Amino acid sequence: MGHPELAEKFIANDERMHWHDKALWFVRAKRDNASKSVDEWEKLRKVASQIKAHTLDKLDYYLEEFEKNATAKGLHVHWAKDAKEHNEIVLRLLLNNGAKKLVKSKSMLTEECHLNPYLEEHGIEVVDTDLGERIVQLRKEPPSHIVLPAIHLKKEDVGTTFEEFLGTKKGNSDPTYLTRAARAHLREKFLGADAAMTGVNFGIAETGGVVVCTNEGNADLGASLPKLHIASMGIEKIIPRLKDLAVFTRLLARSATGQPITSYTSHFHAPIIDGQMHIIIVDNGRSAIIGSKDFKSSLQCIRCGACINTCPIYRRSGGYSYGYTIPGPIGSTLGASKDLRANKTLPFACSLCASCSNVCPVQINLHQQLYKHRQSVVAQKLLGFQKHTILKIATWVMKYPLLMDISGKLARAIVPKLPRSIVYSKVNLWGKKRELPPFPKNSFKELYKQRKGK
Amino acid sequence: MKIGLFIPCFMNELYPDASMDTLTILENLGLDVVYPMEQTCCGQAQANTGCSHEASVLAKRFLKIFKDYDYVVAPSGSCVAMVRENYAQWLEGEEGFEHLKKNTYEITEFLHDIIKPENLKFSFSFPHKVSIHNSCHAHRELHMASMSEKNEPEFSKIKTILNLIEGIELLEPSRKDECCGFGGTFAVSEEAVSTAMGIDKVNDHINTGAKFITGVDMSCLMHMQGLIDRQKLPIKTLHIVQILAGGK
Ligand code: SF4
Repeated sequence: MGHPELAEKFIANDERMHWHDKALWFVRAKRDNASKSVDEWEKLRKVASQIKAHTLDKLDYYLEEFEKNATAKGLHVHWAKDAKEHNEIVLRLLLNNGAKKLVKSKSMLTEECHLNPYLEEHGIEVVDTDLGERIVQLRKEPPSHIVLPAIHLKKEDVGTTFEEFLGTKKGNSDPTYLTRAARAHLREKFLGADAAMTGVNFGIAETGGVVVCTNEGNADLGASLPKLHIASMGIEKIIPRLKDLAVFTRLLARSATGQPITSYTSHFHAPIIDGQMHIIIVDNGRSAIIGSKDFKSSLQCIRCGACINTCPIYRRSGGYSYGYTIPGPIGSTLGASKDLRANKTLPFACSLCASCSNVCPVQINLHQQLYKHRQSVVAQKLLGFQKHTILKIATWVMKYPLLMDISGKLARAIVPKLPRSIVYSKVNLWGKKRELPPFPKNSFKELYKQRKGK
Repeated sequence: MKIGLFIPCFMNELYPDASMDTLTILENLGLDVVYPMEQTCCGQAQANTGCSHEASVLAKRFLKIFKDYDYVVAPSGSCVAMVRENYAQWLEGEEGFEHLKKNTYEITEFLHDIIKPENLKFSFSFPHKVSIHNSCHAHRELHMASMSEKNEPEFSKIKTILNLIEGIELLEPSRKDECCGFGGTFAVSEEAVSTAMGIDKVNDHINTGAKFITGVDMSCLMHMQGLIDRQKLPIKTLHIVQILAGGK
């Protein structure tokens, strides 16, 4: 099923759809307030975009710098060309260290690589420690949002999930009660873990360290307790210098949730005492995107989720309607770049309203990318014969004013005389929930000619 | 000043009165306005569906027909945005394109930027509550008003022009520039989302207490009016030219 069909399913539950829309609009409104509290907001976005664009242009240099400096600090750097290599490296590191239990803080990259099922197949217990991620993990669902993984769930849904898996009291969905239960459950997992994984928000080439931003401190707890810390990082997470970081930390949390800064902005620049720290740098299709002029800037993304929160389609269609690891505008462009055939409906899951491009803290031209991807869909003959033919015919008609006039005249003469059951038959998708405008007797052109006496 | 009047294809066929209002407004200003008979369509639907070849055919036609006018004026933000923002892909470097791109205007924008509010006078009143519909392309591509996402000073060319009319009371929905879900072929290819967005937007307009919704894109209004008519909701859409040409 493509996006339109999955979206229709989500919309069928009108009450939940509107609840979802309002929850995300609330986050968008908080983002608006936060961004307006910083006078130089628009300038910050521009600078952030320039830093990222510069870094992508010289990515090979900065990645090597990063590796050199990280290695000098005693960190181990690994390179993975795709998801498979990434997962194999993780498994090998775990097995070499006799680790069986892994705690993991939020990382969309490991979602992208489908790491959890791979490790579980090999006998590793993986516990997602971000609260939202833990909730969806228990329910065997993927995250429906990159920052708010369980945003599709109401507190009552979380209550029943915890009842089943954590033994909380039946019918109790008090958020404080549930959070405490989750904390007790996760503390045990932290204390029993043999290894921890984190994502990476920023890798600093100049220092060779990585920065992880969370609100729950779960990355810190994970990385400080077990002796083995593995951080997975997409190649695009690099920034050149430590001093560039502030530009991004000022933008990230404000864009994501409207907070001035995430509760924890943790710098990892060395392994813990007697411990090991590994960084896996992953390509998985990214360098191909760097090579495409139209879509390169999608790699500037800092995964704040603002474009998702503002997207009027996402808010009403839910994260799962995209069928891709990352939903919303950024997911649609990345998904289309990665596998256009599998994701051919995503560039069209967009009304081209451009709100996403306006909120993006690194100024990615998201709506223009989706517009451009549509051209690739057509070029690769994935649009569908019917749609393409209709537009081809329309274009042919529009090449000849006389033809347009005749077709228009015929339509205006015939359609009003047809019975409603024909005009509003199943093929008329416009008319499923909408009336057509009344058809006038004359076109403007006819009136204009009459008026000019021609 | 020679003005080429550009009437979007579907407005020519379905909204002759609003199209005529556009002409009347310009003529009442004493401007020399011509409607080139051979015009058809700007190719927006083709372009927004990814049919680049088809769009390029219509873009080239458009340039040929309109390149010799001092200004091209149209009652549609999205068709104007098509010319100014999207034509470059096919017309960059073509003779006359830079001029066309620079001088194609949505009519409200034309009144605001070229004629200027101080030179405008409306001799009628419109004593009604009107909710402003900020159509996305006019709003975010032509930048006709400040955008809610950006940290920028408040302004609205639409409000500035409408406020020149006596008695008019302008209102805005709570989500003042959220998309109504028309989106061209999106309206049918994503029918469920499109109509859900539309209903939400219409209700937001209704909640202002306004009698009318007005905007600069007939396509958005047609979409919302279609929903209003089906559900018999207590509000009516009017293209801005229908107000500016004398109100009804
Ligand atoms: S594309 Fe921009 S707005 Fe969307 S998640 Fe990435 S950084 Fe945030």
